[in-house]
Amino acid sequence: MKEKTSPIAKLYLFAVILILYAPIFYLIYYSFNSGGTMSGFESFTFDYYIEVFEDVRLFTIVLNTIVIALLSALFATIIGTLGALAIHLMKKRQNTILGLNNVLIVSPDVIIGASFLILFTIAGISLGFTSVLLSHIAFSIPIVVLMVLPKLAEMNPSLIDAARDLGASRFDVFTKVIIPYINPGIFAGFFMALTYSLDDFAVTFFVTGNGFSTLSVEIYSMARRGISLHINALSTLLFLVTLLLVAIYYILSQRGALKIGGFRR
Amino acid sequence: MNHKFIRNLYAVPYVIWILLFVIAPIILVLYYSFFDIHGNFSLVNYERFFTPVYLKLTLDSFWYAFLITFFSLIVAYPTAYLLTKTRHKQLWLLLIIVPSWINLLLKAYAFMGIFGTYGAANNFLEFIGIGAKQILFTDFSFVFVSVYIFIPFMILPIFNALNNINPALIEAANDLGASKFMTFRRVIFPLTLDGVKTGCQVVFIPSLSLFMLTRLIAGNRVITLGTAIEQHFLVTQDWGMGATISVFLFLIMFIIVRFTGIGKRGA
Repeated sequence: MKEKTSPIAKLYLFAVILILYAPIFYLIYYSFNSGGTMSGFESFTFDYYIEVFEDVRLFTIVLNTIVIALLSALFATIIGTLGALAIHLMKKRQNTILGLNNVLIVSPDVIIGASFLILFTIAGISLGFTSVLLSHIAFSIPIVVLMVLPKLAEMNPSLIDAARDLGASRFDVFTKVIIPYINPGIFAGFFMALTYSLDDFAVTFFVTGNGFSTLSVEIYSMARRGISLHINALSTLLFLVTLLLVAIYYILSQRGALKIGGFRR
Repeated sequence: MNHKFIRNLYAVPYVIWILLFVIAPIILVLYYSFFDIHGNFSLVNYERFFTPVYLKLTLDSFWYAFLITFFSLIVAYPTAYLLTKTRHKQLWLLLIIVPSWINLLLKAYAFMGIFGTYGAANNFLEFIGIGAKQILFTDFSFVFVSVYIFIPFMILPIFNALNNINPALIEAANDLGASKFMTFRRVIFPLTLDGVKTGCQVVFIPSLSLFMLTRLIAGNRVITLGTAIEQHFLVTQDWGMGATISVFLFLIMFIIVRFTGIGKRGA
């Protein structure tokens, strides 16, 4: 009983999608401009890509970003999954804990960044790799919890009872029954944590010291100096990587029947 | 040996996380807000917050956040509505969400080029005969780019709300003689109110605290609460004042969340 979409409706949808993508393709287009600016295309060149690939400093920063993202997502997934399990098994005050869990999701980045800066300064943790990693783990944990909890909620408790009756230890129940069941949630959580970490600018900006930088912070400082097609070339590459990640996620989620999520802290 | 403690050992990292990264930061920010720039205990920061300078800044910040939320909603609601009508809606939705996974900074940077003196926007204005204008570093560019960035986050919850409506309700409304408009106003819209609230929440709160957009796109012309916090913490090193503004931003956030309810967000 689906009514046909009118041409105007289709046009509107196309316009929105076009506007959403136009800036990205604008960047990509000018990354090949030998003129050196984002206006007036002169001639085609790969110079900026060569520059990007030869830039050792930039390469280190990319590596930092990836290492931070993978490590923080891994730790956040482990801690978050165990946390979700603890919340699930709690008899009372579930809502209090959930409220505390969600504080970092709703809080503006600036407050998270500023308060973590105070925290690290007081704790005597020097700003750099450690502080950035700890912050990323910290702000990714709640999203993992939120991704895993619904899976735990829909799990039939008699599954656990059956396993216990059949003589499985608590550890076995956890690794052989619970984990396989909530796996899609864990996977979604890991993926969300990964994108949080890769995307984060504000928190990192606060807690990173002088010597350490991630891609977002680096792009910010480059962009503050004005337009440089170096950034365009870099963004084209990042766009391709994003597409690749999305494709992987989409394929995996089709198999695992996950939902596509776009949470925002 | 405490058996119960051993059994709950697995939850320890999570509890530590709550204590260290949720509760401690809130207390620390509150604590720092009572110290002036020389490290003496005082209420001077709170006095300063209630001076016209900071009150105007708060109001401005609210105004911008309101504009951004409003325009996002205006664009996002019809988009979400039409998305639910398409045949491969999950695929279309994915198409809308992908741009939100592109690094925020890159999108801001793209607009530096598009809105620049010789950029695409000005070329277009010249072409239709209006002539080049100063677009970058204006209020307009700030609101436009923010709306651009937040649209997917507004679409998602509304889409989910629309998608969850039982089609039988709409058929019932039709059968009972409601016009299309009536059905929308009396059935569809009220049922998606939660989604709208969630969308407004996830747009409004970050809008209050955007700071790199104000620098890159608004050229320091727009100062939001977020810009002020960043300024105090990282530039003037007046942590006390920065913490005070954070306390107020936190309170505002708390009120908004209470008001709109922490509903079923996103996904």
